Amino acid sequence: MLSIKNLSASINGKTIIKGLNLEVKEGEVHAIMGPNGSGKSTLASVIAGRETFDVDEGTVTYMGKDLLELPAETRAREGIFLGFQYPVEIPGVSIANFMRTAINEKRKYLGLDPLTGAEFLRLMEEKKKMVDIQSKLTNRSVNEGFSGGEKKKNEIFQMALLEPRLAILDETDSGLDIDALKVVANGVNKLRRPDNATVVITHYQRLLDYITPDFVHVLYDGRIIKSGDKNLALELEEKGYEWVKKEAPAGV
Amino acid sequence: METTYSSLNKDRLIELFHREQKSMTELATPLVNRIRQHALSRFEKNGFPSKQLENWRFTDLTPLLNTEFFFDFSNKSRSMDVEKIFTCDVYDLDTFSITLLNGWFVYKSAPLTKLDNGTIIGSLAKAMEVYPELVDQYFGKAAKTDVYELAALNTAFVQDGLFIYVPDGVTLEKPVQLINIVNADHPVFLQPRHLIIVGKGSKITLVHCDHSLTHNVSFTNILTEIFAEDNAVVDHYKIQNKGRNSALITNTFIRQKKSSSVYSNMITLNGGFTKNILDVSLPEPNCRSEHFGLYLVDSNQHVDNQVYIDHIAPDNYSNQLFKGILDDEARAVFSGKVMVRRHAQHTVAHQNNKNILLTDDAKANTQPHLEIYADDVKCSHGATVGQLDPEAMFYLRSRGLCERTARQLMMIAFAGEVVQKISIQALQERIQHLVEKRLKGELSICDQCMLHCNSKEPTAFNIDMSKI
Repeated sequence: MLSIKNLSASINGKTIIKGLNLEVKEGEVHAIMGPNGSGKSTLASVIAGRETFDVDEGTVTYMGKDLLELPAETRAREGIFLGFQYPVEIPGVSIANFMRTAINEKRKYLGLDPLTGAEFLRLMEEKKKMVDIQSKLTNRSVNEGFSGGEKKKNEIFQMALLEPRLAILDETDSGLDIDALKVVANGVNKLRRPDNATVVITHYQRLLDYITPDFVHVLYDGRIIKSGDKNLALELEEKGYEWVKKEAPAGV
Repeated sequence: METTYSSLNKDRLIELFHREQKSMTELATPLVNRIRQHALSRFEKNGFPSKQLENWRFTDLTPLLNTEFFFDFSNKSRSMDVEKIFTCDVYDLDTFSITLLNGWFVYKSAPLTKLDNGTIIGSLAKAMEVYPELVDQYFGKAAKTDVYELAALNTAFVQDGLFIYVPDGVTLEKPVQLINIVNADHPVFLQPRHLIIVGKGSKITLVHCDHSLTHNVSFTNILTEIFAEDNAVVDHYKIQNKGRNSALITNTFIRQKKSSSVYSNMITLNGGFTKNILDVSLPEPNCRSEHFGLYLVDSNQHVDNQVYIDHIAPDNYSNQLFKGILDDEARAVFSGKVMVRRHAQHTVAHQNNKNILLTDDAKANTQPHLEIYADDVKCSHGATVGQLDPEAMFYLRSRGLCERTARQLMMIAFAGEVVQKISIQALQERIQHLVEKRLKGELSICDQCMLHCNSKEPTAFNIDMSKI
């Protein structure tokens, strides 16, 4: 589904991603872990199409398409979803209006008729129940005055509505109390299907108590220096990142 | 009789005044004519405002006066069927509707109507003839011709406009709508004059639409005086949708008596040159005075909002919020001043101006200003000039919205804060619809015009993607 080969990316001339390789297949859940500043969020931004980053080398192929050729909105319509680490507040734009516009732009791109108001409302109610989001939240402006937990729940709600093939959750767990964390993890688990994939970017092992990954990767200094199964996350929790750094062959 | 000049200046206007004096003074009351003479002497002294003046620093009238203008000192359009040439988008609201064509009152049956509840609505010229005491009691009491050059000019040439008198204790259920149309096949210089008197405990909603149905040059200098007596409630909405070659200056003077409330909302959708001057006096306590503005300008349009709120008495509340979106080489100016005088304790006054510039060539000058002489007050002011938040743009795009849709959504949301202040639901929806059309590049001044002159002005506010 997603194939990243020898990717290098920079911002303002500073190289952040330094020859990264990653393969994600349908039905898989990948966790990318690593210390602060290792390039986790940059990787998420590059996949989602944020123009502030320059891709200097390498290829990113998604469902057989050259992803780097596509603008951010086309990537979204092709089924990529980025859960933001810091969801943006947009005063005056209601979540319902925003999501209806997003869904209908996607449907137009796919050659489908737009959802009517009633159809959209029905879909929204269904997804609200699914991800356990409070009803009143969707009438408010996007993220405006939301608590940290509400913002992250709202990301999961949007993900549920947009039904992505590939979801990248960028530190969705940071700053959450245990209840909000459970809501987020529950949402991800319920949305899991054999034909979609999820990449969870996280600093802590905590989220992985609720979302079981098939693969765990350690990102350090712009490269994946170690990959393993869910036990790797437990090992990292216990020993920290230092031992992986030492173990990594120089120049990888 | 029509008079033309190749370009206008103070001396030519004074010469014109002396030549046309008779046709103006014969319709007015003796008191109005004395006020007229005083205003003329002020204009003779001060002339047109120059760029040296603080409030005109960024707004230059000179190029606008460099035209061969026609003046009309008699009402030629009073029995015209306006609906044949124009339908207002706000028209289908259930309103008491009045039309001014080229500054003159247009009427089907009578120039002045007295409703069962005692309310008088109609032509100011006619009111001076039928109700001279009423006009004399208020006329010129709010307009500060000594301070404002263009208020002096308007007063010197006063002839006709809208007159409304709402007696004490009357609530007008229907909004009164004034449609001010400019339509002439030559450049015109117009100075309508409105006098609105709202009695004790009375309530009125006034919707004031300025349109031009011509691509010709026009210069309109409107003066409106609004008197809100004790406990009166006045909602005053202005919708401006004028052509590229039109210059519109509005001078609005509001005088509030105790415990009255006045809300105004100025929506500038289109206009070559627009300057809105608002002057509010609060000489008595327990009043609310809230003033909102929205301007959506593109190409080389110029819009200037100048607000002065004078807190004279204690315990008054005032609030200003003016927001604008500027595209292309458009220019916006905001100068707001809140004066809190020595005895105006417990004043609460807020003032805010926010601008979004869509291009590097658009420009906004903003000067919020507080002058406070009382010590127990709560005042705030603020101003911002910026672009659409790029983080928010990326957020919307990452959900599948194209750049154009994302921008429109954010602009509509930005403008919405002002539109939501409109308290009449039906009017709010109409104006929201107009604002959305405007921001989607679907509204021009030609939309409501029935003349089909085949020289449609472009429906601008098109977002030129190559500039991003």
